[in-house]
This record gives sequence, C-alpha cells and structure tokens, in this order.
Amino acid sequence: MKRSNKPIFWSLFGAGGMLSALIGPALIYETGFHSQALSYDRALAFAQNGFGKLAILAVISLFLFHGCHRMYHSLHDFGIHVGPGLKAAFHGFAAAGTLAAAVLLALI
Amino acid sequence: MKTYTRPMAGWWKRNPYYLWYMLREASCLFITAYALMLLWGLYRLQQSKIQYEEWRESLSSPVSLAFHAVALVLVLYHSWTWFKIMPKTLPRIPIPDWLVVAGGVSGVLVCSAAILWLA
Repeated sequence: MKRSNKPIFWSLFGAGGMLSALIGPALIYETGFHSQALSYDRALAFAQNGFGKLAILAVISLFLFHGCHRMYHSLHDFGIHVGPGLKAAFHGFAAAGTLAAAVLLALI
Repeated sequence: MKTYTRPMAGWWKRNPYYLWYMLREASCLFITAYALMLLWGLYRLQQSKIQYEEWRESLSSPVSLAFHAVALVLVLYHSWTWFKIMPKTLPRIPIPDWLVVAGGVSGVLVCSAAILWLA
C-alpha cells in the first residue's frame, strides 16, 4: 500500500495553526498598527541574524501551509470536489512560498 | 456516470454554529495573505532600503489598515478556537480540559507580551 502523505501536511497545518494562534495577533498588530518599530536597520539586522532567519522562515512557511491546507479543505464545504491536482496546487503554492523565503533569507 | 450531488449553496447561513465555523475557516484566507505580504516585505528588504521603506509605508495605507483590522479580529478568533478545542485535538493526557485551554491562552498572552515588548 502506498503510504499516505496526510500526516506530513497535517503536521504542517497543525504547526502553522499553533504558531499563528500564539503569535499571529501580535505580529498583525506590529505590522498593521505599529510599523514605526520596523525600521530598515532593525528589520535587516533581524533578517541577517540566524535566529531571525529561522523565525521569518517559520512564520512565512507555516502560515502558508496552515492557510493553504485549510483553504483546500474549505473547498469541500462549498461543494467543490477536490482531487490530487488541487491538493498538489494548494500545497505546492505553500512550498513555493517557503522556497522563495528561504532563497531571500540566504541572499540577505 | 453523473451522480447526484445535493445542492450546498448557503448551508452555512442556516445555523449560527455553522456561521462561526465559517468565520473561523475564513481566518485561513487572511493568514495566507498575511504570509504573502511578509514574503513581499522580505523581498523588498533584500532589494534595498528605498524599496523596503516603500513597503513599510504601504503598511499605513487605508487598504492595509482595513486588512490588518479584519485579520486581527479573525486571527484572534482562530487563536481562541485553536486552544478551545485543544483538549479534543491533543492525545489523551492526564490534565483537566480547562487547564489545557488556560495553558494555551496563557501562551498567547506571554508570546504577545514578548513580541509587543521587543518590537
């Protein structure tokens, strides 16, 4: 029997759900209503620091995997039948975003 | 062969419980959009100071403020539901349900305080 890839995507969904539940509101507050704190020098220093890189990658990647996984399952709620193609599209989108973030962080 | 599919239009408007469910699910649109917005900011940061400052300025635009306001409300609701159902999503542990929920909510408070204090 072919092994299911469900546990992998569910773990990424769960990790993103946990991370966004814990720090999502505070992050949204910072970028939306307190962006004076995000000066170029501070943001750059954060993105050049090892811990900062990891934090940025985790937020972008896990938020994407969480959001895309939930969107994919919401299609069902609207009566749209999903198949492997849509599943690959939603998770592929999150994977592409992760890759883009990783490349940018490596270049900074 | 074409099988019968029961029409589903508007099912979630029939019961307030479903409406809350859909509201929580809607948070995923905002979490995804938020991640893309951060990714765009990272791209601008990697380019140059001018580009980054442009991005940072766009955060104060009315569209961005409206987006952040709705996102904040929905993600707070996601946050609450995430920990409210945690006693059911965790494997069985010898900790009372209310303590699991309280632990999660405290986690949100501690993390939020840390970010607001540091940033």
